[in-house]
This record gives sequence, structure tokens and C-alpha cells, in this order.
Amino acid sequence: MADTVVGANPDPHASGSSLEGEDPNRRDFIHIAAGVAAVGLVGGLAWPFIDQMNPAGDTLALASIEFDLSKVVEGQQVVVKWRGKPLFVRFRTAKEIGAAIKDNHADLRDPATDESRHKPGKAQYLILVGTCTHLGCVPTFGGGDYGGWFCPCHGSVYDTSGRIRKGPAPKNLEVPDYAFLSDTKVKVG
Amino acid sequence: MSGHSTYEPKSGLERWLDSRLPLLRFAHDTVVTFPTPKNLNYWWTFGGILSLMLGLQIVTGIILAMHYVPHVDYAFNSVQRIMRDVNYGWLIRNLHSNGASMFFLAAYIHMFRNLYYGSFKAPREVLWILGCVIYLLMIGTAFFGYVLPWGQMSFHGAVVITNLLGAFPVVGHAITTWLWGGFAVDDPTLNRFFSLHYLLPFMIAGVVGLHVWALHVPGNNNPTGVNVTSPQDTVAFHPYYTVKDGFAISVFLIMYAVFVFYLPDALGDAANYVQANPLVTPAHIVPEWYLLPFYAILRAVPDKLMGVLLMFGAIATLFVLPWLDTSKVRSMRYRPTARLYFFIFAFTCIVLGFCGAHAPDDLVIPGVSGPQFLDANLNSFVWLSRISALFYFVYFWVVTPLLGLFETPLPVPETISSPVLSHPASAPAGAVASPEKRG
Repeated sequence: MADTVVGANPDPHASGSSLEGEDPNRRDFIHIAAGVAAVGLVGGLAWPFIDQMNPAGDTLALASIEFDLSKVVEGQQVVVKWRGKPLFVRFRTAKEIGAAIKDNHADLRDPATDESRHKPGKAQYLILVGTCTHLGCVPTFGGGDYGGWFCPCHGSVYDTSGRIRKGPAPKNLEVPDYAFLSDTKVKVG
Repeated sequence: MSGHSTYEPKSGLERWLDSRLPLLRFAHDTVVTFPTPKNLNYWWTFGGILSLMLGLQIVTGIILAMHYVPHVDYAFNSVQRIMRDVNYGWLIRNLHSNGASMFFLAAYIHMFRNLYYGSFKAPREVLWILGCVIYLLMIGTAFFGYVLPWGQMSFHGAVVITNLLGAFPVVGHAITTWLWGGFAVDDPTLNRFFSLHYLLPFMIAGVVGLHVWALHVPGNNNPTGVNVTSPQDTVAFHPYYTVKDGFAISVFLIMYAVFVFYLPDALGDAANYVQANPLVTPAHIVPEWYLLPFYAILRAVPDKLMGVLLMFGAIATLFVLPWLDTSKVRSMRYRPTARLYFFIFAFTCIVLGFCGAHAPDDLVIPGVSGPQFLDANLNSFVWLSRISALFYFVYFWVVTPLLGLFETPLPVPETISSPVLSHPASAPAGAVASPEKRG
């Protein structure tokens, strides 16, 4: 852009004026200023055009749910929909908790203690995002060799703490952000 | 397109592409070296502005379609959701709704420029007709689009306009039922209008391609209306007109932005923020501003079928204009009488717009109750509409053919360059006589 004007300025006012020698610089400035303004305008419009595809205000407003744990009995798993995905709410038996603690220091692909996967003093309630960390299928409870979940898509096996034990999945089943609002009520998200 | 190409591929890759698909050669010949009359004024920048507006309407429209739900139960709320919840949805919708107005504003200026400088005359008749086709498609697109928010104006506007077609004898009823997909404007109507609203802009883009093609065969008209006779009459499109168009686009965008950010609802109707109710029609129903003149013509006639025919005739007249104008002189610069009638005509169109915005029985001059003439008060908008509509047709069908035969035009310059160079004010000392050789 600039190199086309330097030395070949066709403007007859450029030479002989009091600003001799500065003209190419002023032209450069105009070129750059116009270019920056155009890029700024396009960029300023591009961001709203891209960001509109992100979750909208009403979608985000529905991103957290409350759940009453008293609806779940021991040994039962309730599945609720949260952010469009299944959420496993499991009331674990003492046997399952024991098995999970026993394997705390086993050879785990994604090492985590059972304590880190539930709230303190609430070992019976295990709340997990019910999508396989491999490619997003929904694992079924009661399958596999570890008393936990088995993913029908590609054979990943999770234990009673939701930790990956076998198969192609890289990570444990995700524990969502949640908090106890009261003794039996949790807010997820 | 016309003349031989001056494109020279600079790299091996460009040579390779040029012998297979001469895309760069085409771009070079159409937007870089295209010889353009050197005397085009700012009225010639609206083609570029219109292209930009079409592109922007398509982009914002595709985005809005990602969030809009074409169903009578959800359409209104989905538009409210776009305004309140979708990230920057308010911006995108305001750009789109005000963009329609800006599009029409630019199109009207483009058309009046055409009338004034006689650009529609031979050899540019096809160019002009393609422009009229684009205008018709624009009206259709704008109408379908206005229905989508499913407010009170959307709904009852759709009812009124679709019922226009019911005016045709025998087949009218069947046409409206077919158009509605039912017995009234309802969910099937909304769905098909959404589909067509998405389709038509791409048809416009296609016709714009033909329009530009038809422009590039004879080349641009110019303010003198005199044909280009030598290379001295032209300059390269780039940088001379890319920069001029760029400046005009910037100014236009500033005005557009004022509406989008400060007056987003100024051009709309408040009644469209009330959800459509098929059981109640708003007290005062009007179309968007850009269709008001035709609405006024429709209402000026106390007969359903005649009103509809005259309204369509007002647009159909434009198509035959190249054969109504008998004058050999293109530009009204050299036709003082025609110029006078042109400005009266432009004023008439604005008056028709005002008439369309008012209820027919409203008084033009408030407080003065004029005499009753035939079926209405002479001081009412219905009579103003009638007089204006009459002049609209008289201008095209009587004034335009006769003026060419009887007026005495001013002397027309032989070439584009002669009036520029002979004018003492336009040749300051030291100016280069042939700017096309620069750069």
C-alpha cells in the first residue's frame, strides 16, 4: 500500500509545497487510519454476530436446578435432566461406599478419593453428570466388573464412585458444582 | 465485461487459476479497472450503499432465523426473547428492522436519481427493468418480514394485503384461501411467509447480479446524460469510485447507526408490540413508511378492484417508463421544464406518503371544514390522495411522453469532458487536465 506512493507521488501539490517530504507519511496515515476504522467496524460487528450463538439469558437462567433428595431411597438412582443432560442422583448402599473407599488407592486412570466425590458427611449421596467422558453416551448402572456404571457405546466401566476403571474413557464421571441448601435439598449448577 | 481485459496475472498461481477459472480477471475488470465516467456525483453512490444493505440484511436475517420460531403461539415471544435474552439480539434485530427502512430509503434515492438523469433510457432499459424487478421483490420481502413478529400490525397488515388479491373477480376467493392455507391468516400463513421471507433476499441477490451485469455492458450513465466518447471521459473504478462510495457508505452508516442506537422504534408502529389478536383490529392500521404512497393510492379509490388495480398499476407503470419517455435528452440538467415536473412529481410522492399515514377522513388543514365534494370533504386526505394519485399517473402517462415532443431542451455538451473543462470555476491553475492518467 505505502510503497506505491513513496517516490512516485503523482500529486502535483506534493512537491514544491511547504510540507515537502511529509506527504507520503500523511498518506500512509490516511491509509492506516481508514484501514483501522474498517477493521474496527467489521470486528465490532463480528463479535455480536458470533456471540449471539452463545447461551442466551433465559438459557443461562435455567442452568441451575434444585432437587429434593428425600425422593431417593437407599440403593436407588434417580435421573434428572440438567442443562440438557442426565444427572445421576444415587443413594449408595454401605457396601458400595465401602467398595469405593477400598479402591481409593488402586491403580486409577484418573486418581481421586471417594471423599473428594461427595460432600462431607453425605457419603450416601453421589451426584454425577451422567455422560460418559469418552464421547458423551449415557452409561447404565449395574453393568461392568466394578459394581458401578457401564457405557454401552464403547465399553467404558466406572466403579461405585463413578471413577473410570476400564475402557476408552479418559476421565471419571464429572461431579457437578452443587451445594446442600438443607439436609435433603441440593442446588445443582 | 465490455472492452478487452487489462488484467495481467502476477504470479504463477494467478496464471494457473486464470487459465482455468478467470475469477481474478473478472474481479479486476469489474471493480478495479472498470472505466467509469469521471463526473459521477454523490447520487451515484447509492448502488454501493444498496449492495452493502442487502448483504447486511441477509447476514442479520440469517442470524435472526436462528432464534425466531415461526409458529403463532411462539413467534411474538421468540422475538421478545431475541430482544431481551439472546446475546446482542437487540442489536441484530434493530439492525435488521431499521436496515429494511434504510434499504428502501437508499432504493428510493437511487430510483429518483435514475428518473432525474434519465438513466433508464436506451441502452439501459433492461438495467432499469431489472431494477424494477428488484424493487418488487423488496416489497414482497419487506411485507413477509413485517408479518413475522406477529404483532397486531403484522397480523392485520397481512390480513389487509392478502385480502387485496380477493378483489379479483371469480378467482379472488380461491387465491386468498390458497395463500392463507386456511380460512384466515393463521399458522400455515405464518410458516409460508417465513419460508418466503428467507427465500426472496437470495432472489434479490441473483437479480442484483444481473443488474450489475446489465450495468457493465453499456457502462454508467452520468450527470450530463452524454455518452462516454473517449477514454478521457472515464477514470478507473478503483481508487476513484471505491473511495467515493466508501465515503458515502460511511456517512450513510452513521445515519443508520443513529436510528439503530437512538431511535430504534421511530420508524415502526407501537401497535406491533401488542401480540396479534385475530379478534380485534387496531384503530388505525398503516403499513411501514416506505409503502405508504401505494397505500394512499389504494384508499383513494372508492372501489375495491379499481383501488387494487391502480395500486399495482402504479408499480407496473415503472416497467414501461423507458417507452413512455420520448425525449432524446437524458439528463434533466438540460431539460428545465421536465425538471420542474420532476420536482412536482417527487413532492407528490411525499404527499401521497403523508396521505397514506393519515386516516382518509382526517382534515388536511386542521380546523377548516372544507366543502363536501361528491362523497367526501374536499379538505380531507381522501381528496388529497385522489389529486396526488392522479398526478402520479399523469406524470408518467401524459407529461413524460408529451414533454419530449414539445419542450425545448438547453444545449447539451458534446462530451462529458467539455462542460467540466469549459467551466471557469472547475479548472483551477495547476489542476491536472486528465486525472484518469494519475495513480
